[in-house]
Amino acid sequence: MSQISVSAGGALGNARVADASAPARIAVRALNFYYGDFHSLKHISMDFFDRQVTALIGPSGCGKSTLLRTFNRIYSLYPEQRAEGEILLDGQNILSSSVDVNELRARVGMVFQKPTPFPMSIYDNIAFGIRLYEKLPKSELDGRIEEALRKAALWDEVKDKLRQSGMGLSGGQQQRLCIARTIAQKPEVILLDEPTSALDPISTGKIEELIEQLRSEFTIVIVTHNMQQAARISQFTAFMYLGELVEFGPTNKMFMNPSKKQTQDYITGRFG
Amino acid sequence: MAEHIVSSYDNDLQGLRRRITEMGGIAEKMLVDSIAALVRHDKGLAQSVITSDSRLDVLQREVEESAILTIARRQPLAVDLRETISAIRVSGDVERIGDLAKNIAKRALAIGEEFQPQKIVLGLQHMSDLVLGQLKDVLDAYAQQDTVRAVDVWRRDGAIDALYTSLFRELLTYMMEDPRNISFCTHLLFCAKNIERIGDHTTNIAETVHYLVLGENLAIDRPKNDRSIDAAVNVGA
Repeated sequence: MSQISVSAGGALGNARVADASAPARIAVRALNFYYGDFHSLKHISMDFFDRQVTALIGPSGCGKSTLLRTFNRIYSLYPEQRAEGEILLDGQNILSSSVDVNELRARVGMVFQKPTPFPMSIYDNIAFGIRLYEKLPKSELDGRIEEALRKAALWDEVKDKLRQSGMGLSGGQQQRLCIARTIAQKPEVILLDEPTSALDPISTGKIEELIEQLRSEFTIVIVTHNMQQAARISQFTAFMYLGELVEFGPTNKMFMNPSKKQTQDYITGRFG
Repeated sequence: MAEHIVSSYDNDLQGLRRRITEMGGIAEKMLVDSIAALVRHDKGLAQSVITSDSRLDVLQREVEESAILTIARRQPLAVDLRETISAIRVSGDVERIGDLAKNIAKRALAIGEEFQPQKIVLGLQHMSDLVLGQLKDVLDAYAQQDTVRAVDVWRRDGAIDALYTSLFRELLTYMMEDPRNISFCTHLLFCAKNIERIGDHTTNIAETVHYLVLGENLAIDRPKNDRSIDAAVNVGA
């Protein structure tokens, strides 16, 4: 009688396949987070791999945005919010009080759900971020701004109107401007909190294409409610529920054959 | 499996399953009737097999269209995506089984009441019984998402291949004995090949059931026992 064997892997041998051999850029260890008395993140431990896109999915209130907000300690703007445990960025615990938060936020950039251009010119929107951390001569600053706009796939659309207000751009362009502003600071990690939920499908497509390109340089973490988007653009996916990490693994596996019933119920729209 | 939040999604998937169940029933009956028509020289029965194939074609098209619409409308994931893709695959296999049974019925008409060696006819009947058992089992395995049963079907295909090889040799012998046998023997050879191909399609369905339930493919190498190619070489030598 022949032995039954199961073929591993499959036909998805392309760049979209998760590379778990990539080094962990962010290592979360036993992370707990509190909004006052409310225990929002419960003992989360997971790795975010270098130059891979990791998607955080889960129902509203599951803690995915909270987790994202710990990576640049943006929560520390609010005194009643606190994190316990360790978040190691290149081996250094960023929750330590000795870490300079401003320097951290240059290393870990963030883009929000709604585009947040500053009420200033397109040029200054990007220059503003760079000037916070570096003093550059004009010619070098111009170069950095062009480079950032090119990487954000916005240069061709705005190169002739750099002095016009960033507020005059379309929603999709504004979001790419915000991504350009983040890139200009040369971060290591880019956090995206539902970056396309307010955009039309064309703008969403451009942002997704951009994320795919940015992956070659940055470690990207994205929170999204759009399952198909997570499946399209990420290499790893984490499913969170009620503040806990339910399942974390390669995206192809998570969306074709998840291990946990809770994950399957959520991604297939069976959540009670 | 829990129900979807959107209940019409469940209706879509149930519609796929229902059509495939109907297709399976038709294909089983076509196989039984085509062999009966061959054995009993029953032209009316052969004609009814040929007629019933069109219903199978319609159902297969409906499954495909419905599955494509489900993908477009609902972007299924995980088990739902596997179920949708599996429905397309299984309906394709069952539709082909219908075509092969229809071909046996056509040959039953062509042979008419020509002499048929009893031994060969019994061999065909036996092979068809085996394949019919496989078909029933694999359709049950699909309906009940039973991978143990599906793998059992997958393993048993080798026995059908072995029977086919033996029928092939016998028919070859008859043809060599008397050229007047060549016409009906060729028809019977094609009938045997059709039954063997139906066995292959049941094996395809068994593989699909395994993938549907577990999300993993069975090994590429199937248990094979078809030695008819060697037989042809020996005769020529």
